[in-house]
Amino acid sequence: MKRADLIAALVLAIISFYMMLKSMELPIGWEAGKGPGGGAFPFWLSAGMLICSVLIFIRNLAGLSLESKDTQPFMETETLKLFLTVSIALIAMIGAIHIVGVYVSVPLFVAFYMRHLGKHSWTKTLVISLTIPVVTFLFFEKLLLLLLPKGVTEEWFYIFF
Amino acid sequence: MDIFANLIDGFATSLLPYNMMMITLGVVAGLFIGAMPGLGSVNGVAILLPVTFLVPPTSAIIFLGAIYYGAMYGGAISSIMLGIPGASTAVATTFDGRPMAIKGEADKALVAAAVASFLGGTISIILFTLFAPLLADFALKFGPAEEFALMILAFSTFIGLGGDSILKTLFAIFFGLALSAVGLDVVSGQSRLIFGDITGFYHGINFLVLAIGIYGIGEILWTMEIDKGNVSLSKANVSLKRIFKAIKELKNTWGTVLMGSFLGYFVGILPAAGATPGSLMAYGIAKSASKTPENFGKGEIKGVVAPEAANNAASTGSMLPMLTLGIPGSPTTAILLGGMVIWGLEPGPLLFIDQREFVWGLISSLYTANVFTLLINIAFIPAFIAVLKMPFTILAPIIFVLCVVGGYAPTNDMHDVWLMLIFGLGGYLLRKLNYPMAPVVLAIVLGPLAERSMRQTLIGSHGSPMVFIERPLSLIFLIISLFLFALPLLKKLNLRKKLESL
Repeated sequence: MKRADLIAALVLAIISFYMMLKSMELPIGWEAGKGPGGGAFPFWLSAGMLICSVLIFIRNLAGLSLESKDTQPFMETETLKLFLTVSIALIAMIGAIHIVGVYVSVPLFVAFYMRHLGKHSWTKTLVISLTIPVVTFLFFEKLLLLLLPKGVTEEWFYIFF
Repeated sequence: MDIFANLIDGFATSLLPYNMMMITLGVVAGLFIGAMPGLGSVNGVAILLPVTFLVPPTSAIIFLGAIYYGAMYGGAISSIMLGIPGASTAVATTFDGRPMAIKGEADKALVAAAVASFLGGTISIILFTLFAPLLADFALKFGPAEEFALMILAFSTFIGLGGDSILKTLFAIFFGLALSAVGLDVVSGQSRLIFGDITGFYHGINFLVLAIGIYGIGEILWTMEIDKGNVSLSKANVSLKRIFKAIKELKNTWGTVLMGSFLGYFVGILPAAGATPGSLMAYGIAKSASKTPENFGKGEIKGVVAPEAANNAASTGSMLPMLTLGIPGSPTTAILLGGMVIWGLEPGPLLFIDQREFVWGLISSLYTANVFTLLINIAFIPAFIAVLKMPFTILAPIIFVLCVVGGYAPTNDMHDVWLMLIFGLGGYLLRKLNYPMAPVVLAIVLGPLAERSMRQTLIGSHGSPMVFIERPLSLIFLIISLFLFALPLLKKLNLRKKLESL
């Protein structure tokens, strides 16, 4: 926990610093008669973030914060495995939407999740992973008229509209 | 009576068949979401808000208000039947609800929770109806300086009362506010914080992307971890006769219900407090006021009634500042407030004048939603118990898919879906390190309003920051904020003094 807390504080400090630099593209100073410039608000907020993350880092090193005394691992091996599996599956699903669209990528994701993580029977897996895209289509595209990305499968749907 | 006439007008809106349907749908959805272990009102509202874009704002808020209500009731079901809180707001309900279920009194506990929720809800809505117009009227005098000071006050409650690490809370507030600054500078019209020159950042970071990331993706990851272990479902035999008997036995608890309702309502108004601490406090008070405190934790009915009355009252309480001041009283109302902006409404006291149908439609719908939830809840207790048997590995992928679609819907941009995923994964990891998430969501919603009111004030005063302390109301808010900022330090000093004197 102690190490994870330190790494997180460091990463957050870098992000804060980057945001400060980005804010400086607009005036951050006080403009006479008008108050702060367009970059001032985000600049000082990022500066506040930087100060906080540096202090979190220091307090951890000095052994003052709760996390620095916590000897439990940040993630158990089993949790880490689960987290990585789900994260990668999500990244793959969202990535695949760009290419093959929602209606191919979503059923594959649901099927993978149910079969691999849930150990459900093939029948159950197939029924649910095929029902979800149909319901999604009817609800979002037909009822709410919200077009979802379809990638190369775009033409398959012409007959439905 | 002005209030009375307005309320009747409100009922004319909320009792329209279309809106009644929205209430029923919302209540059922809320009950289901609340009953699922780990998911509560905030998750339901965040995930389902994008669905409401195409209905009129009044129906949309009525629907979301009903979810809020239903989820507060539903949370008790999982707390009692599984011993796992259905939502963090129902933690205190497990203390005595679970032992009652083990003793074979699950039905009694469920009925007690439902009736207490109903009474807590009703009392708080009456308080709400009486207070809201007065507060809104008062708030009409606020200028941008007061608005800004009030937002500082809202954030300071997280420092003074939040209970999380102060540095991490501060970081969370700054981070949310900074994220809200991405996109266009409202005053000069220039673009700013376009990270990596990605065009998707030009339209800013929609608060929903963050909310769905944290409360959808992040929450499921969080629940997955807790849900791994095996849990056993208690048996409940429910019949009309037993339900009536259980209601009769509640006669002795009305004092506890009243206490829980008032406490919950007032704690709910504070942005950093809300339903979870409210219900825990109500439990604590019920226990210390009891003549037989030793029964608490072993299946005392008052231990179920107090937190359930309080958490429903708190959910109504948190709507008070949202509707009258434009400052959300909880993460759930922060998302509702963000929704109001998307629907094209200007949050704040002017709503009570310009959008009377919206305001009173919502208030009156809370009365209806409360009655509906009670009836649906008691009538379908077996159905909601069946929900608990649904494996999480079916539910989780469905919610992930809803999150992806919900993240895409507001802007039709895949960029936002990726951003949502990053917030979800990052938020989960930071939450494990005790970074509080509620302030981030509140800050990204309030950020644009805070920056605008601050800069408007300064343009009006020709750049002099003294205006914030020259206006009396603004000064009062800032002094209270200062006190809240100092509160953790004062507590520490006090503790040290006590230790030294020992």
